[in-house]
Amino acid sequence: MRYEAPGSLDQAVALLAAEPGDARVLAGGTDLLVQLRTDLIEPALLVDIKRIPEMRRIAEDGGGFRVGAAVTGAELKEHPRFKSVWPGVVEAANLIGSTQIQGRATMGGNLCNGSPAADSVPGLIAAGAIACIAGPDGRREMPVEDIMQGPRKLALTKGEIVASFLLPPRPARTADAYLRFIPRTEMDIAVVGCGVCLTLDASGTCTAARVALGAVAPRPLLVREAARALIGTKVDAAALENLDAAARAACQPIDDKRGTREYRIKVAGVLARRATQIALERARKA
Amino acid sequence: MAKHHVAATVNGDPVEFLCETHDTLLDALRDQLGLTGTKEGCGTGDCGACSVTVDGRLVCSCLMLAVEAQGTSVGTIEGMAEGETLHPLQRKFLDHAALQCGICTPGFLVAAKALLEKHPEPTETEVRYWLAGNLCRCTGYDKIVRAVLDAAAEMRGA
Amino acid sequence: MQEKVKTNGAVAFDWVGTRPLRPDGVDKVTGRARFGADLAMQGQLVGKVLRSPHPHARIRSIDTSAAAALPGVKAVVTRDDFKDQPSQLIPAGEQMINYRDVVRNVMAREKALYEGHAVAAVAATSASIAKQALKLIKVDYEVLPHVIDVVEAMKPRAPLLHDDLITAGVEPAPKAPSNVAKRVEIGHGDVVFGFRQADVVVERTFTTQAVHQGYIEPHACVASVSEDGQADVWCTTQGHWMVRAQCARLLGWETSKIRVTASEIGGGFGGKTVVYLEPLALALAKKARRPVKMVMTREEVFQASGPTSGATAHVKIGAKLDGRIVAAEAELKYQAGAFPGSPVQPGAMCAFAPYDVENVKVVGYDVVTNRPKVAAYRAPGAPISEYAVECVVDDIASRLGMDPIELRLKNAAKQGTKAAYGPKLGPVGFVETLVAAKAHDHWHAPLGKNQGRGIASGFWFNIGGETSASLQLNEDGTLSLTVGTPDIGGSRASMCMMAAEELGVDIDSIRVQIGDTGQLGFNFLTGGSRATFSSGMATVEAAREVIREACKRAAKLWELPEDAVEFRKGAVRPAGANAGKHAPLTLRDIAGLAGKTGGPIAGYARINAQGAAPSFGTHIADVEVDPETGKVTVVRYTAIQDAGRAIHPSYVEGQYQGGVAQGIGWALNEEYIYGKDGKLQNPGFLDYRVPVASDLPMIDTVIVEVPNPRHPYGVRGVGETPIIPPLAAVANAVADATGVRFADLPMSPPRVLAALDEARTRGTAKI
Repeated sequence: MRYEAPGSLDQAVALLAAEPGDARVLAGGTDLLVQLRTDLIEPALLVDIKRIPEMRRIAEDGGGFRVGAAVTGAELKEHPRFKSVWPGVVEAANLIGSTQIQGRATMGGNLCNGSPAADSVPGLIAAGAIACIAGPDGRREMPVEDIMQGPRKLALTKGEIVASFLLPPRPARTADAYLRFIPRTEMDIAVVGCGVCLTLDASGTCTAARVALGAVAPRPLLVREAARALIGTKVDAAALENLDAAARAACQPIDDKRGTREYRIKVAGVLARRATQIALERARKA
Repeated sequence: MAKHHVAATVNGDPVEFLCETHDTLLDALRDQLGLTGTKEGCGTGDCGACSVTVDGRLVCSCLMLAVEAQGTSVGTIEGMAEGETLHPLQRKFLDHAALQCGICTPGFLVAAKALLEKHPEPTETEVRYWLAGNLCRCTGYDKIVRAVLDAAAEMRGA
Repeated sequence: MQEKVKTNGAVAFDWVGTRPLRPDGVDKVTGRARFGADLAMQGQLVGKVLRSPHPHARIRSIDTSAAAALPGVKAVVTRDDFKDQPSQLIPAGEQMINYRDVVRNVMAREKALYEGHAVAAVAATSASIAKQALKLIKVDYEVLPHVIDVVEAMKPRAPLLHDDLITAGVEPAPKAPSNVAKRVEIGHGDVVFGFRQADVVVERTFTTQAVHQGYIEPHACVASVSEDGQADVWCTTQGHWMVRAQCARLLGWETSKIRVTASEIGGGFGGKTVVYLEPLALALAKKARRPVKMVMTREEVFQASGPTSGATAHVKIGAKLDGRIVAAEAELKYQAGAFPGSPVQPGAMCAFAPYDVENVKVVGYDVVTNRPKVAAYRAPGAPISEYAVECVVDDIASRLGMDPIELRLKNAAKQGTKAAYGPKLGPVGFVETLVAAKAHDHWHAPLGKNQGRGIASGFWFNIGGETSASLQLNEDGTLSLTVGTPDIGGSRASMCMMAAEELGVDIDSIRVQIGDTGQLGFNFLTGGSRATFSSGMATVEAAREVIREACKRAAKLWELPEDAVEFRKGAVRPAGANAGKHAPLTLRDIAGLAGKTGGPIAGYARINAQGAAPSFGTHIADVEVDPETGKVTVVRYTAIQDAGRAIHPSYVEGQYQGGVAQGIGWALNEEYIYGKDGKLQNPGFLDYRVPVASDLPMIDTVIVEVPNPRHPYGVRGVGETPIIPPLAAVANAVADATGVRFADLPMSPPRVLAALDEARTRGTAKI
């Protein structure tokens, strides 16, 4: 197995595109090394992208943020402004694993690992994040919700890397939140994850919303019906009931050692309500 | 397949070693450098017994390739005491009997030191959540948390 | 908050009861202490094990030729390298083991009996070559149907694991083999008569899942064998004499040829009382003529070491209106894993032990299943049976409208009670723990929304056993103590303290080490909560021998008869009529004169420590239940337990707190999860969910002291009892919070929510 640590995105893309065998991007390594150890994967080449400056940077970009795909959860949390604008995205990224994991894990890796239970992805989807992709044919953009097509299946072609996430300028009276359900308090893979972002107008009516669910389908979902349950309402008890039902209806979960079908569906509704209430409180103050 | 040559700093001292691509930093510390204070409890980042700092950042060394340590500054349990003077955390762990079998202790000490460097005045809850990635099967965590809070107070000069 | 309740008057000690720093502490906080995987020997090879992917399969053939031919591979072993063993039972910890099963568990013979069962092992110059070599070993398996559930395994047409297993303990013996290895029965009186007198009867079936001790340090050893057959083993173990005995037996070598050194041990809890890797490493080392190091991965630890049983427990208790229990009955079915030997016997013996019941009967079944063979886990068998009993006791209290502490007080076992398992109890502290619980402010604190409180008690017998210790008086008056029980929880400190107490010296003048098997007589392993009790007793005896010898030497110097001197406050003094005639001689003085007065001065104890006494505990748990997700959080916990005498209170508290954490994990989230294919789905700490720091509150403790009259310092073993009460304390607390009594562990969120929803439809849910 070869290891390369290129200093630029173009070099990284070239290495990945040129490799005839299995080539993997090494960001935080918190998923990759586990898969290597259990012989789940036997790549010919590892491309370490941590020496590529643009992938490690958090920049304020046209009123929004551009977060390099190799920024760690811990770095994201420590950024002086990001957390106050997108607390939900930060919460989502920082619920992955432990303090030690957050010291290495990246949102790019979390997304491209292709697990439907990835914590940072519903947070990014709810925030309306766009993935900026670099590949042999140049750069392109794609909403984060379209990147994962199924477990370990990404809408990326050979040689393409997610270089950064663009978070659009956050409108006034807008806030996000992320909650996940796990049996313990930390360390578990999400049984259900839910990211919510909503915008209020001056009268406190919800004018825009995005609701994303993780671990309840073959890929993280952007649940438009759940958003519709909130838009035009004051996010009162009735709206939350509708939201709960819409969230549950969108689930296509599996039974596994982390949760049963029925349980995931129920809890998806509960988390959608609770995350919405947190986002609502934040939006009122934003 | 030629090995990688890695030059790094460990506990302030320059070190060099050879490694294969698949060797972890944990392997290199224990087997190449003879620093066996850092332990392998699971190999998958779920127990924290392999905790070290890399450029000041708390990480699981079992989830880092040895080759990734090139040019970095690594901190392990062996570097925690200064000569014969134990770090306040080490002393408090002893005072509070915050260890029974002791296998998780190096990981906890490295993690707690990283906590207090970032957050000198943590609450009990903050201590517990920061240390959630360090498993202990012997103590039930009670005395560990007390030791960390006591060390924090001492280090603040309280 | 940690408290102590003394019941037999204050006794002033210099060291016992204080909290000095443990002698091995600095090494453990600096990373210097060496555990199983921390030793490397010159020229060592890496050993790895090939394990069965099938839960049940006949092994038709094993072809290791390609593996042996791989460059870098220096040795390969299979079943052919281990002689078969006749059936013979020997004690190990608190259970009996059979060598015929041990040899088969260490290396499969006719069959692979669980996923992960060792089938072959290699030693190579690197881990990657060893892994490659395993892939080259060709095993021809005939896959057989498997059975992993204990009730299924007892059915007549269940897949049979051993075609010669006839149920023991049944008269007349069955004609056909089955998966039921043994039937046990304990009790006295007449339960049929008893239940007829009862005003209220509660009966219920409980189920628990297999759980693992969860020690953070995987099994590890380094073995080396010289050309003349002298073998050395360095390993992490609870009992290195046991390792020596089992390796000698399995390999057919003389006991003296093998020297085992115990490394520091990173947790055991009973799971390191048997051998897994050591015989393999020795066999490989002999073949390869080089040392072989073997370390289990975490996956191997879960798949192929020894979890404890999952079980079903049917409990029936009858009581009068005034709370007096008149009959108690239980039927226990415990999974043994692939070979007989579940802890159903101690489980049966402990089930009703906290109570003085005239009519009691417990029947237990030891059932084999296609799972790893179970090993001891902290009070083996007792958490399961006592969980079931304590839940029913709570239910009875509730139906009688009686305070659960009052109900227990009314029926509590005391000195003189004939225990359900046979003997009359000596002085015990159960009542004292109940009284302390009643007086504790935890019992009276208000509860918040969605919260509930539960209480439960526990009993464990504790053991003594063969123990040797050696105490040398060094030339400068300091002392070197060698004991043979590996230090799992800080016991070295307690040994030093007892020695210092006896000798009247400063604790810093005693250095303690754990001796290897060549340095001491036999030591039974660290288990059964015996280390402080037995090694302590041996240490005291060795110290008293040093004192007697010192007195002899002083008497000689003073030309006095031996009985005319006495030892007091660290010095020998002339006694009686001669008092004051000579200046006292300290141990240091006498040490300096040892050569002149007869030679080195030492004490050497070789005992079979008798008089181990039970330890009772009573715990109070508060939980909060999330009504929409079923998640249970323990928000407050108090563990009250009788230690006899706490030599080092911090380490006694530590045992209480650690047992509580394991018990809470067992109650809420820990379980072995199998697929229909008989394969373990969660062999790792990600999905085998032990409590993390943020899951638990502070664990308050109360040490009750009702001294054990048969130990020089009154010690009772304390290590095992603490894991017993939490299962029912948490279950009873959840019942209090939700109105739903759970009978199946773990009470993981999906199960709790499903039960809550069902109770809501029936209108019986409280939240």
